[in-house]
Amino acid sequence: MLTQIYKNLIVQTVCRIIIPFIQIYALYVIAHGHYSPGGGFQGGVILAAALALIFLAYGQDAAVRRLNRHQAVILCAIGVFIYAGIGLLCLLAGGNFLDYSRLAPILGVTIPRARSLGILGVEIGVGLAVMSAMYSIIIDVAGKSTIAAPRDFVQLPKTKRDNVGPAA
Amino acid sequence: MIWQLDFLILFFAIICALAAINIKDLLSAVIILGAFSFFMCLLWAEMGAVDVAFTEASVAAAVSTILFVGAVIKTTRRSRD
Repeated sequence: MLTQIYKNLIVQTVCRIIIPFIQIYALYVIAHGHYSPGGGFQGGVILAAALALIFLAYGQDAAVRRLNRHQAVILCAIGVFIYAGIGLLCLLAGGNFLDYSRLAPILGVTIPRARSLGILGVEIGVGLAVMSAMYSIIIDVAGKSTIAAPRDFVQLPKTKRDNVGPAA
Repeated sequence: MIWQLDFLILFFAIICALAAINIKDLLSAVIILGAFSFFMCLLWAEMGAVDVAFTEASVAAAVSTILFVGAVIKTTRRSRD
């Protein structure tokens, strides 16, 4: 059961040790996304996997205490805002959408440096958006439902098919 | 790129795909689908598409397996066809 707290000392201790390393690795993937494999999407997915590991090992309450649904939606919006904001800043500076070379006078650096910094900002925005969107999908699919399921108020007639497998 | 290694990994991936289709226990099918994704990830990495392999490993083998396990637990574990 994903909604029950599965108290196991070995699982919880290993998760507590391994989760910071997963998050550091995800930040490495995001920060080096512009000249090595990886990037915002993969790093964001790895960050969401670290949160899902908290969800699986410590239960839904512990995961929601760290990042609840509203915070996840707000973080997702902030990520999209960072991405679109950098693009619109380039547009306002006189270039095309996401034309990072126009950011060079604003940041006060050379054009190649401005391109590198601009794409780093875009990767950070994409990483934030992907992490919070994945996390809220996982919470919605695997977690306790906050609204009543249709099964609760429509009593279906019990058939022989309901006894086939070890259902939830 | 070593074509013998390509064919070996592709052979394992096809075996995993056929097993995931034919098995009746849906939780086992989800785990075998994760193994299929892992073999596809190995195949991408071996053919030089490291970025695709990275995405396959992080999305298909990790997150979608969690989502499928959640769906199996919410519905039923046994296939009915």
